[in-house]
Amino acid sequence: MSEACKITVERRGDVAIFWTDGYINNQGGEEIARQAYTQLDSGARALVLDLGKTRIVNSIGISILIEVLEKVMDRKGTLAFCSLTPTIDKTFRIMGLAQYAAIYLTLEEAVKAAAPSGESAQQP
Amino acid sequence: MSRRETARPGLDAGMREVALTIPVAPDMEIVATAQAMALGEYIEMPRDKIDEVKLAIVEACINAFEHAQTRDERVHLTFRVGREADGPEYLEVEVFDQGRGFDQRTVELPSLEKTFGGGKKRGWGLQIIRSLMDSVAITSGDWGTRILMRKYK
Repeated sequence: MSEACKITVERRGDVAIFWTDGYINNQGGEEIARQAYTQLDSGARALVLDLGKTRIVNSIGISILIEVLEKVMDRKGTLAFCSLTPTIDKTFRIMGLAQYAAIYLTLEEAVKAAAPSGESAQQP
Repeated sequence: MSRRETARPGLDAGMREVALTIPVAPDMEIVATAQAMALGEYIEMPRDKIDEVKLAIVEACINAFEHAQTRDERVHLTFRVGREADGPEYLEVEVFDQGRGFDQRTVELPSLEKTFGGGKKRGWGLQIIRSLMDSVAITSGDWGTRILMRKYK
């Protein structure tokens, strides 16, 4: 019994965009973290997580996302979420994540905020 | 995994109950959420509210899996749909484990401020459950733990 979370990553300049599809539990969270650290190590300054195809993020998954957030903040970068279901949005706000990571309705808004110059994160 | 369904018209007119037992094993909490989804749709509960019930179930099951040290390596769930007199329909979920129990007074309230800088990042389960459900009752002792939670349509 497994509902593995699929993760797709695209780099647009300094911005790394992650699309998740499925349940974010410990395995899903760890895979996001692994790929996030790879992107940070290769120079990404902003991470945008589009959770539009994820309906459940459990507290273990969220705790791993908090670790990613800590690492991003240590490097003076930014982490943003977008396309959240109302339940995930509510859960992130209950936990106070919204104080440290921006939450946007759409990917376009999140990417625009992550790359305000509008140059480096344009879609090819 | 086992499941039984019973109608209990004598207990609460129109109430239906489904019982489900899941093993303590990875991702079994998702099996339980499927039952909540089916019953939520049965009473035409909005999808967002069903998602809240599903996450509360996930957190209750994870707590049992990780902390309870259940004697039978099982978590027992009972799902009920019903309606209070002149009130809205509801979906009620009881999550029961025959574990070691815990003292609710010793559960520290989590906060993100405490987690930064190497602090404990876990321990959000009960807080999430209480925030997402309309009513939550937790009883625990050396016989195990029972979490009874209800969401109105």
